[in-house]
Amino acid sequence: MLDTIGLRTAEELVSYLPADVRFDRRLNIPDGKSEFEIVDYFKALAAKTESNWPSFLGAGVYHHYRPVLVDTIVSRGEFLTSYTPYQAEISQGTLTTIFEFQTMVCQLTGMEVANASMYDGSSAVPEAAMMAVRITRRDKILVAKTVHPEYREVLATYTKYQGIPVEELGYTKSGQLDIEDLHKHLNSGVAAVILQSPNFFGLLEQVKEIAPIVRAKGALLVVVFTEAVALGLMEPPREADIVVGELQSFAISPSYGGPYVGIIATREQYIRQIPGRLAGETTDANGHRAFCLTLATREQHIRREKATSNICTNQALLALMATVYMSVFGKEGLRELAEQNLAKAHYLASKLPLTFNAPFFNEFVVHTGSKSPEQINAALLEKGIVGGLALGRFYPELSNSMLLCATEMTKRQDMDTLAGEFVKQ
Amino acid sequence: MIKKVSKHIVQNESLLFEQSSPGKRGYQLPPLDVPPVDAESALGRGNVRSEIEDFPEVSEFETLRHFTRLSTWNYAIDLGLYPLGSCTMKYNPRVNELVARTEGLAWAHPYQPESASQGCMELISVLENALAEITGMDAVTLQPAAGAHGEFTGILMIRALQESRGNPRKKILVPDSAHGTNPATAMMVGYSVENIKSNERGMVDLASLERAVDENTAGLMITNPNTVGVFEENINKICALIHSKGGLVYMDGANMNALVGVTRPGDFGIDVMHLNLHKTFSTPHGGGGPGAGAVACGKVLTPFLPSPRLKNENGQWAWNYDLPQSIGRVRAFYGNFGVLIRALAYIMAHGGPGLRVATLDALMNANYIRTLLDPYYELAYKSNSMHECVFSDDRQAKKGVRTGDIAKRLIDYGFHPYTVSFPLIVHGALMIEPTETESKQEIDTFIDAMISIAKEVEEDPQLVLKAPHNTRTPRVDEVTAARRPVVRWKPQRTASLAAD
Repeated sequence: MLDTIGLRTAEELVSYLPADVRFDRRLNIPDGKSEFEIVDYFKALAAKTESNWPSFLGAGVYHHYRPVLVDTIVSRGEFLTSYTPYQAEISQGTLTTIFEFQTMVCQLTGMEVANASMYDGSSAVPEAAMMAVRITRRDKILVAKTVHPEYREVLATYTKYQGIPVEELGYTKSGQLDIEDLHKHLNSGVAAVILQSPNFFGLLEQVKEIAPIVRAKGALLVVVFTEAVALGLMEPPREADIVVGELQSFAISPSYGGPYVGIIATREQYIRQIPGRLAGETTDANGHRAFCLTLATREQHIRREKATSNICTNQALLALMATVYMSVFGKEGLRELAEQNLAKAHYLASKLPLTFNAPFFNEFVVHTGSKSPEQINAALLEKGIVGGLALGRFYPELSNSMLLCATEMTKRQDMDTLAGEFVKQ
Repeated sequence: MIKKVSKHIVQNESLLFEQSSPGKRGYQLPPLDVPPVDAESALGRGNVRSEIEDFPEVSEFETLRHFTRLSTWNYAIDLGLYPLGSCTMKYNPRVNELVARTEGLAWAHPYQPESASQGCMELISVLENALAEITGMDAVTLQPAAGAHGEFTGILMIRALQESRGNPRKKILVPDSAHGTNPATAMMVGYSVENIKSNERGMVDLASLERAVDENTAGLMITNPNTVGVFEENINKICALIHSKGGLVYMDGANMNALVGVTRPGDFGIDVMHLNLHKTFSTPHGGGGPGAGAVACGKVLTPFLPSPRLKNENGQWAWNYDLPQSIGRVRAFYGNFGVLIRALAYIMAHGGPGLRVATLDALMNANYIRTLLDPYYELAYKSNSMHECVFSDDRQAKKGVRTGDIAKRLIDYGFHPYTVSFPLIVHGALMIEPTETESKQEIDTFIDAMISIAKEVEEDPQLVLKAPHNTRTPRVDEVTAARRPVVRWKPQRTASLAAD
């Protein structure tokens, strides 16, 4: 090949680069390893990390069972190793699954349109805020303190330099958004009110009561969710203008925080303001149904600095995981799964002192009494159990409370052990 | 002559919703080991949905068949050369998939105690160090989820540094050859965008740059090698010029596959850059994601990196949130960890010397294609090519055939098209990046196909204009899709289709 190019050595491929930019030493990275050594290395790293222990952590990342079919399907090279489906004629597989994903997200959330995915739930929140700013031509965002604290941090980072002030709304003794506080902050400058349901404390927000208040001031209501399984049972936020969320619960392993898959869904009238990719139905030259990426004039590769977002790569393969998961469970399965989560969490909660009294799905906050959450977690860790999330880190006023989660994976025996730690004090 | 592919039976398949019938299920849950709870009394009557309207109901086997059939409608790197320029479609080693599923890593919860997460944290640190060495930078964050997210992180850091110096400044300079994400990113950080012309050799025009840069310039976003696959030979001068006016230089690392082991951005003056781990470091594209957009930076920008950062105290890893100058979080948790595992496995398999060999192979493959296609297609620039080569459709356009048509005809020959009509500075661009993982045989077959199409354009342009002819799906009507958007399935649509 070098002969054809007219070179003698491969080094000549880079010999024309200016001398002062060429890197002349070898990279300080050990020599290449065999497959066997690589597998061993990661096994050794994994051994330094606990993963098989029963865990009561939720807080935006949930332990749910992953049906075998999910990896069977996403391991197919035709899905795993294809690019973004810009060439529709040889990408109908991916495009059809995206169309099904968009449809299932709409069915799940009660919205009319959904895009092909966002990076994760956290980054989808500021994308929804920016969308609301474009739609309303207002600039202020109100966000409930009961929205996941890390999501709020991401919102702060995104909005900081875009001239979008963000104000936080407090919560009541029941652990829900304080509607009085909403009234105080809501005015004609507000583009969107963002709340989460179930919220960070696992509690259902009063979406139906809040929606008309927000609408009366001409603002949009953005509802966030982190636990998608809740939507198997919970009335979706049909009153919302934009729904954003995280589908990690749908067959995506916790994987120390990512990759996950975010969604953004909205009303049909806002379709041209939605960020990211959309698959649409059309026909091919033979008149048969076919799909392609559509409304690209919203996107950066066409619109450049006037685009709705800079997002390009999304989470297609994880969206496919979620799609397979939703297909495997289906209408009845997702409901039964949600009912099991509800039952497990309520069993555990019945043994513990709750901090808040609003209805909850599979997470709830408990008082830790005379011991600190950290002490209880340390005692549980001794028994090979990962306890809950100590809330003081995010809510100093809740430093004697922890957030616990139970899913269909949580065993009664472990819940009894955990409850025992609370009784012991 | 079409050598690579022949016709073959493909299964038809309807949407899942159309196969659904009440009561079918593809799952079984274990019996509940706690008392059941009445949903309405637990959640409140108005808070319980009656059902998920129109949600699919299919069996496990139907689900498997459905997605398997759909998968056969896709092209993939596993089926052959995928020469998309700037996309770096290379082999995705399967051991990387295996190690990413190692239980202790795949099932680690981001909030589990640090003492129980040491392996994950060590892995992040090892990858950060390897990427710092590869880029010649001082520090790396693995938090951003993709390339554009990395750009956003980097430009936020530039803004934070400029503000700490007392003035955020107003504009970001972007060459006209840049990816669309660059200007879109600058806007999201509150900057205006000023485009810089390219010269006749496909490089940033120094004179235009000199005229544009001033005390309002926060920085420059540059792609190197640029989107025509050419190394910016004045990169040192460009960086010095921006620095002399107090600006910073961001490098879009989409084309880093041309540089690894050969030259380091940190050594030629770049202040901050991103790496697309799903390009250079072979993590699978997965039909559009997930990716990971690691950001590397020099000392001056390190205090502004996203929170949290890893620290090591007495041999124990911990997350440090006490970072007063940090731009904050760009996403929840620590990054696309599962993608990071794969990228580290790739780096380990190659090792330092192997990474350099891979780069030279990628350059050789691109230059080989360039040499052999040069007689048939108009080379956009005569400058040396690195990992990709860019032609224009000037010769074929005389017969009314454009780059998009040639691309569609290439599908009939069994290949995925090259990148079409980008970069925008080349009229009718054909942008070809083979990567290092292709054999000479596969590349020769591709070159034969391209030459054969060039001849078809001369002899029978209609054949090319109506392509593809051999795919399951012929050309798709994208105009109607955009004019009348249908982005979800609805039950009444089934009825009308059935009536057709």
